[in-house]
Amino acid sequence: MNRRAAALLAALAAALVLLPAVASSYVLSVATLILFFAYTGQAWNVMMGFAGQLSLGHSLYVGVAAYAAAGLFFHFGIGPWAGVWLAILLCVALGAAIGFLAFRFGISGVYFALLTIAFAEFTRIGFDHIDWLGGPGGLFIKVEQREHLDLINLRGPPQMFYYVMLALTAGAFALCAWLLRSRAGYYWQAIREDEQAAQALGINTFRWKMLAVILSSALTALAGVFYAFYYNNLFPEQTFHISRSIEIILGPVIGGVGTLFGPILGAAVLTILADAITEALAALGIEIPGVKQVFYGVVLLVVVMFLPHGIWPALARKLGLEGRS
Amino acid sequence: MPIDLVANVVIAGVLTGLVYGLMALGLSVILGVVRVVNFAHGEMMTIAMYAAVVLFTTLQLDPFLAIVPVATAFFVFGYLLQSGLINPFITRPEHSQFMLLVAVAIIMVNALLMIFGPDARSVQVDYQLESFAIGPLLFDKARVYASTAAVMASAALFAFFRFTRTGKAIRACADNYLGAKVVGLDVKRYYALTFGIGSACVAVAGCLMVLLVDVSPALGPAYTLLAFVIVIVGGLGSMAGALLGGVLIGVSEALAGLFIQPSAKSMFSFALLILVLLLRPQGLLGKRP
Repeated sequence: MNRRAAALLAALAAALVLLPAVASSYVLSVATLILFFAYTGQAWNVMMGFAGQLSLGHSLYVGVAAYAAAGLFFHFGIGPWAGVWLAILLCVALGAAIGFLAFRFGISGVYFALLTIAFAEFTRIGFDHIDWLGGPGGLFIKVEQREHLDLINLRGPPQMFYYVMLALTAGAFALCAWLLRSRAGYYWQAIREDEQAAQALGINTFRWKMLAVILSSALTALAGVFYAFYYNNLFPEQTFHISRSIEIILGPVIGGVGTLFGPILGAAVLTILADAITEALAALGIEIPGVKQVFYGVVLLVVVMFLPHGIWPALARKLGLEGRS
Repeated sequence: MPIDLVANVVIAGVLTGLVYGLMALGLSVILGVVRVVNFAHGEMMTIAMYAAVVLFTTLQLDPFLAIVPVATAFFVFGYLLQSGLINPFITRPEHSQFMLLVAVAIIMVNALLMIFGPDARSVQVDYQLESFAIGPLLFDKARVYASTAAVMASAALFAFFRFTRTGKAIRACADNYLGAKVVGLDVKRYYALTFGIGSACVAVAGCLMVLLVDVSPALGPAYTLLAFVIVIVGGLGSMAGALLGGVLIGVSEALAGLFIQPSAKSMFSFALLILVLLLRPQGLLGKRP
């Protein structure tokens, strides 16, 4: 990162910290959503962008973590700070199981992606039949003390959710920046570029791929807990659906797979564009389901065709942010 | 539970499964030759189903007759999709191709949602309510006709790949990309042809399926996953495997609907997929790579 990029990053961080002071509640909710997708995109990026393992089932981790924390809170009144550990534990166990099965049995590429979809879909239908967690009718957390700040139970005004998500995103960004320059980061990139060559150089590819999956699922678990307490309602149909997984990966794919800023930029571009189009359609009095998603699809198509490495690498070159100081 | 009820459910599952098999055959051909994962396969299936519904409601065209125009249109569409959109991606990394087709799939399913709305549509023909009876066993007429047509289409496809020069050329492209180029085959044109043929398969399957189930846009992603499950269970590159996989999935869905809950039926398909991926990744009838 050169000096120019560092200055830009500092300015961005300052603007994000100060945003709630000036923003309306609408802008704040959009910003929270952007941060949510930036964070989950960053978590997915550890697996695909760094280690080259394509997961199309990240809704599994979001959903399981959300249900774990929400279930504990709903039934036993156990708050999210305790529930998050169970969520992480479950997600890590799931990620490790999927990774172990896939990597031990030599499943890679598209087949690995299909395996992740299969696990997510299996879980989605399974949760439809768990009555203890509400089944298809959904699980609802009581919405109370909206104005009063209660950090212990993660109940509070929108500003609190915004800052929680901002802290998570900043933390994930710092972690990924460190990871990319660490031994693990270099091993992952070697595996991503050529697994056989990496193995020939003596890298234990199984162990490092496992680490990527476990880390990615643990990071995603945090997002799931946030999701549960931010939205206060969970439905298997929505939480685990494959379109959720695709939503998670759209940000990094559009922003730039494997880059640090890609997931953030992609999430911002997509969320703002989608919101703008919803607003524009509402202003025109058009209300047809599916318009927003068609638009998503077209943006994705255009980016994949003309900017195969995403927006960020092209933008960074334009702005002269590349190269190290 | 009475045994004849179980037998009738299994029969319905086998007959529906053959139509699933034809749908999966289209995916198998595309995946086996072009080596591109057609993530929009189920969405194309639902478009074909809607086409059959529209032709039926506007022109009173029987879905069996609708096969001709719909399959022709799909062949052209598939040919153009491959030559215009996918061929430039042949040398790109796998995930890049995948994202391209995810984009196509998202556009298709939501375009259907915009045009037709979320409600289910169907066709009503008189033979849907009739059945052949052999002793205590009942064979739905619509299912019998549809599965017969599916088997005939599969046989035609099989003969095409086995006996025609074009079919052999396509298999050469699948076996060895470089070798096919060396002997002077226009590989990209054959790829486009293959995508067209795979699309036509799915069009036929869609016209037949509309006789058996109601169609809604949400079916698209579900069929995509179903087609993948069938192809992987049956074995990549094996045409008989696709049909066998279709029948297996059809029967397992039918039995799960009978013994457990209809809503849990696809859980078994995914469990089957996970098992096959782990224990026999080449599929039941596939060759070891």
